[in-house]
Amino acid sequence: MIPLSWYMALAAILFGIGIYGFLARRNIIIMMLSIELMLNAVNINMVAMSHYLDSLRGHTFTLFIITVAAAEAAIGLGLIIILFRNKKTVYVDHINELKG
Amino acid sequence: MLNQLAFLYCASVIIGTALLAVRFKNPVYSVLSVLVLFFHMAGLYLLLNAEFLAAIQIIVYAGAVLVLYLFVLFLVSLREEVKIERFIKSHRLATAVSIGLGLSLLMIIPSFKLGAKGEYPVERITELTHTKAMGFELYSTYLLPFEVAGLILLIAVIGGLVLARKEEEIK
Repeated sequence: MIPLSWYMALAAILFGIGIYGFLARRNIIIMMLSIELMLNAVNINMVAMSHYLDSLRGHTFTLFIITVAAAEAAIGLGLIIILFRNKKTVYVDHINELKG
Repeated sequence: MLNQLAFLYCASVIIGTALLAVRFKNPVYSVLSVLVLFFHMAGLYLLLNAEFLAAIQIIVYAGAVLVLYLFVLFLVSLREEVKIERFIKSHRLATAVSIGLGLSLLMIIPSFKLGAKGEYPVERITELTHTKAMGFELYSTYLLPFEVAGLILLIAVIGGLVLARKEEEIK
């Protein structure tokens, strides 16, 4: 039997890595990939907890999270394509028009 | 024992590929290592008796979302990407923040207590099969959220089409 805390520790580490990728990388596509990593960390927690709680609630929520992640990827990548078409860059530190 | 070994293998591959994904210079390599990560995530779901979610993870994440990422990467083709700096200037701060957050999340874990048990023990799920059990839940308790999820997907389809379309010149 695997203790629940192992799953939670894995999820916490994966979430930290996702945060690191989101904050440190310049490429906006890798930043969105890091968001997917964070969503997956949450999914691990959901499925593991609902397994140990004898419930299906977490499983259903995971299904909804996967749905929303797919929608988010479609919309976000569409926005990135527009950004690249207008600005010819995908680096977040080049997009600084609003900076005074 | 065998379960624990399987978990440790999946967990180590997940952490390793996640670290590689945020460190690789070439973004295509990053996406491919995230692909490996998603497959091992499906392995974890199998360990947790969630075979339907494992299938969904591979079909939707590995099959659809990552292919979308790869296509966008090719559209935005960046030849100079591998030569230039891949981190922002304040990446040391980002490292500190993420390590601090990860450590604090890890330290919170021992104080977690499980709540009341639900009505789907593993035996019942394996007897019903996981897909059927989830179908029962989705179409009874979570009917409204299920419909809303459909609406979200519709909006994503329309939004993706509208966003990626080339602006026609207005005369």
